[in-house]
Amino acid sequence: MLTKRKSGDANRTKIPAVTAGLAREGVDRRTFLRRSGLAAGGLAAIGSIELGSVKKASAAGSAVSGPDVVIKKNVCTHCSVGCTVTAEVVNGVWVGQEPSWDSPINRGTHCAKGAAIRELVHSERRLKYPMKLVDGQWQRISWDTAINEIGDKISAIREKSGADSVYWLGSAKFTNEASYLFRKLGAFWGTNSVDHQARICHSTTVAGVANTWGYGAQTNSYNDIRNAKTMIIMGGNPAEAHPISMQHVLAGKEINRANMIVIEPRFTRTAAHATEFVRIRSGTDIPVIWGMLWHIFQNGWEDKEFIRKRVYGMDDVRKEVAKWTPDEVERVTGVPGEQLKRVAEMFATQKPATLIWCMGATQHTVGTANVRAFCIACLATGNVGAPGTGANIFRGHTNVQGATDLGLDVTTLPLYYGLVEGAWKHWARVWEVEYDWLQSRFDEVPAIAGRKPRSRKENMEAPGITSTRWFDAVNLPEDQIDQRSAIKAMMIFGHGGNTVTRIPEAVKGMSKLELLVVADPHPTTFSALDARRDNTYLLPICTSLEMDGSRTASNRSLQWGEQIVKPAFESKTDYEAMYLLAKKLGFADKMFKNIKVENNVPLAEDLLREINRGGWSTGYCGQSPERLKAHMKNQAKFDLVTLRAPKDAPEVGGDYYGLPWPCWGKPEIRHPGTHILYNTNLHVKDGGSCFRARFGTERNGQTLLAEDSYSLGSELTDGYPEFTMGVLKKLGWDKDLTAEELTVITKIGGNNVDTVSWAIDLSGGIQRVCLDHGVMHYGNGKARANAWNLPDPIPVHREPIYTPRPDLVAKYPTRPDERQFRLPNIGFSVQKAAVEKNIAKDFPIILSSGRLVEYEGGGEETRSNPWLAELQQDMFVEINTADAADRGIKEGQWVWVLGAEGGAKVRVKALVTERVGRGVAWMPFHFSGWYQGADMRSHYPPGTDPIVLGESVNTVTTYGFDPVTGMQEPKATLCQIRAA
Amino acid sequence: MARMKFLCDSDRCIECNACVTACKNEHEVPWGINRRRVVTIADGTPGERSISMACMHCTDAPCAAVCPTNCFYTTADAVVLHSKDLCIGCGYCFYACPFGAPQYPRVGNFGSRGKMDKCTYCSGGPEADLSEAEYVKYGANRLAEGKLPLCAEMCSTKALLAGDSDIIAQIYKERVIKRGYGSGAWGWKTAYRETVAI
Repeated sequence: MLTKRKSGDANRTKIPAVTAGLAREGVDRRTFLRRSGLAAGGLAAIGSIELGSVKKASAAGSAVSGPDVVIKKNVCTHCSVGCTVTAEVVNGVWVGQEPSWDSPINRGTHCAKGAAIRELVHSERRLKYPMKLVDGQWQRISWDTAINEIGDKISAIREKSGADSVYWLGSAKFTNEASYLFRKLGAFWGTNSVDHQARICHSTTVAGVANTWGYGAQTNSYNDIRNAKTMIIMGGNPAEAHPISMQHVLAGKEINRANMIVIEPRFTRTAAHATEFVRIRSGTDIPVIWGMLWHIFQNGWEDKEFIRKRVYGMDDVRKEVAKWTPDEVERVTGVPGEQLKRVAEMFATQKPATLIWCMGATQHTVGTANVRAFCIACLATGNVGAPGTGANIFRGHTNVQGATDLGLDVTTLPLYYGLVEGAWKHWARVWEVEYDWLQSRFDEVPAIAGRKPRSRKENMEAPGITSTRWFDAVNLPEDQIDQRSAIKAMMIFGHGGNTVTRIPEAVKGMSKLELLVVADPHPTTFSALDARRDNTYLLPICTSLEMDGSRTASNRSLQWGEQIVKPAFESKTDYEAMYLLAKKLGFADKMFKNIKVENNVPLAEDLLREINRGGWSTGYCGQSPERLKAHMKNQAKFDLVTLRAPKDAPEVGGDYYGLPWPCWGKPEIRHPGTHILYNTNLHVKDGGSCFRARFGTERNGQTLLAEDSYSLGSELTDGYPEFTMGVLKKLGWDKDLTAEELTVITKIGGNNVDTVSWAIDLSGGIQRVCLDHGVMHYGNGKARANAWNLPDPIPVHREPIYTPRPDLVAKYPTRPDERQFRLPNIGFSVQKAAVEKNIAKDFPIILSSGRLVEYEGGGEETRSNPWLAELQQDMFVEINTADAADRGIKEGQWVWVLGAEGGAKVRVKALVTERVGRGVAWMPFHFSGWYQGADMRSHYPPGTDPIVLGESVNTVTTYGFDPVTGMQEPKATLCQIRAA
Repeated sequence: MARMKFLCDSDRCIECNACVTACKNEHEVPWGINRRRVVTIADGTPGERSISMACMHCTDAPCAAVCPTNCFYTTADAVVLHSKDLCIGCGYCFYACPFGAPQYPRVGNFGSRGKMDKCTYCSGGPEADLSEAEYVKYGANRLAEGKLPLCAEMCSTKALLAGDSDIIAQIYKERVIKRGYGSGAWGWKTAYRETVAI
């Protein structure tokens, strides 16, 4: 943006003596043609190219005798698309990166980050050895010292303040295996306060989507967007956040001449390629969707058959939608009725249509309700469960989907079993530990401030504290925090410190902690914020590229990444760091009972096998390490659009790429995975399924089971509930179980064998038998337009806490103050005070945040990469030309952005642009290292400071939390901007 | 012989900068030197388009015409390369180039700029193919390995095409016919004195 090239501070010239003339593989004519992007059909032109270059290649190949080049494949860590990274390794050094032509997902391509990813591994700015802060100075220490001191300190804190006083913050860059291990570590430690980045990106998606139709994930895939005739991208900017997805989006647009509609407050780089751009006011997604549905219902464009057969509660939606006449929609959102009518007609009638969303939808106090409204739009128009349709949710990191699935979440154990007694007992069986021992690890919570006490068992089943509010759980008076004590220690693995709103409060929290441990390839913002002098440790962890293990992309495909090179410097893998901690804490033997550990490093394959043994609920049971490795080896076999390999392909025949979950049963039964969720046009053994019967069978006299709808070839030709041993017996299908399966089921069930469900049957027998009968063991239910268990069963519009339209607050207030996740959520009081103080007058500009293509997340890693850092050297704020003119602000000058809370401010450069509308400002969220005008570079351990530093937008973001998931509100708040 | 060219489909380019960092990665290009970059016009308004730019390896290259030391030469594949041994860093080529391709390690007049650096179409320089001397001065030589420039190979949306002129023009033509729009092969008229007829 501002200064693409800057002379003067040229960094370093680094041309390592890479062995010249590496004996790389020769190239045949076919490969050469494919590289030029030529598909079959253009062969007429080859005559002109074959000579020169090919000849040279073979000549070079024969003349050079260099060291052997080893090709290793891993997965890019910078978003959830799941691009394969192909590395050339010589003598243990990663010397080159080649296009990954065979991957059906990225087909050779990368974005700026993926194409620069080699630098992450040998970055000079990585944390090279363990360090601790002694009287404000960083000191190098050994791993032994670090683990011993950390272990002693958390044990002492536990003794004094309880297990819940130590917070475990994990990472979306973990592999599946590390995610699972971290959750297990939390369970063995005795707390449910185990969280990760999904909290701040798509927790509301997971909650909203799962509450609608059963599972909280993207229903289709990036590749499947090629089938769409209409796509709405709402609250997402894939051109910057998920560039490789645009390959599929633009292909759909071109091949089908599809409508590509972008609904956004900002004219993004994605919008530049849209066929229609709809500019909305931040935080008014629900009125926009209801405005579309108003036209759809008014004109009878809804899919009546689909609704009748597969949706519960759509009539309740009609009542709410009726309130959103075109006039009211325009008054609240700013979108003209005619435009919305046009978009609504396209979405409902030019099918298949897909709705794509990202953090513009999810990061709101109404995030869960937004997502629910989006799902309802898909349901009303019959756009779910078929190619080209669906809720295509683009998630953020390599493995944020997998880390969510594997339970880095304060409300559940791995794979969405929840925290109920049955869930704990299930995992206790998988882990082969005593349920009672696990229970004994948890705190008893005394009665505080009139709240009920919790026994160990009750505390074990109570959701933990969300990562968005860890510092509130440090700062608030103890009587407001519903656990044995406030948070005293933070164990932070792979998680930036600048990604959460209200940084000034976080700084206060940091200074009060008794212990802060950061385990990461980089020291992160936590070390730059000048809040501590002692009891702070940095553990160098290698990047995900230096680790074996599987990652789950947004489309639920699992890909096995192999360690490209050994962990650099003194860094260790997440696996090893966790093992060392568990050993120090005295439960390693229990925790790694069935996992092979070599030289303190647990084997990733064994971890996945353990996940397979317990992963029945979500279909993580069929993806054995052997199958996943075969997929990576045979990538070229998979179809670009269907993601399926031909039936006769060796090793992977009939599979969908990456065995997208759910992949049912044991690996041996070779379920192909599920490319498109809830697709009834396929047999369940071919990846077909129906909506999950997760919410009972009947409500208020209406059935919750599907009517006249079932998956292809099902022996049950109507809706049915989920399967237990009892249901199996009623149908007489229990006879199909093998003796071994029956033994396992009997052992689990004890005196109540009939209650053993498909999700806790460790034999996989119930799933296998159901699949053989063509039925889905999780039942055949209706999706819920009315989710009665949520705070707003039918989504209703609620103004942002800090709204530029205080006149609308009386009609559309935020939810009343409530207690959630052990803390008070006083959003209503904050909104009321803001209106009374007329905050919108002094802070008239809407502030929103988002992503740049060059950087990722908190940005420490990418801002340390010179190839990327050179492209974005300054933190900036986008300000509309009119707003800039009003304030006498010129392009490129320094400005102060003033936050609406506590006098917070940031000093950034102005980017004056029409990209944002009048009264709107936007900042990227990747920067840190400056704090309220001060450069904090000297606070990093020497040599580990990222190349580019800047103010964090979250220094000026404000209060507001989604009631269902504790999601923060960085997308719609208020600010003022002044020349600096 | 092939006639190697670049073609950037501006209706596909999303300014993701993969081409820029792929180039850095492949050749270990130092900070401050950008053999390739992405230029966006009408930024933030309807009509916004981005184009990835580097040396276009022109027919009758103007850089070669003005070079006082005659350091430029055109390969059999029609790639315009130069010799850093002959270059005196005078900067004439920078002024002659219609695409702003030549880059210099230092800022200054005449010889004080240092040896000029630019896109080599991933095909090195005058030294022996795949030799260490070639790598140090010019970066990798992918063409000699039978590969195409990494910027185009890694382009996120396959907007940037590299390869033989006839083939990439054909790909672009088919694309435009299929989708019904296309703003043309940007820069071709200037670089190659021809354009892609559709």
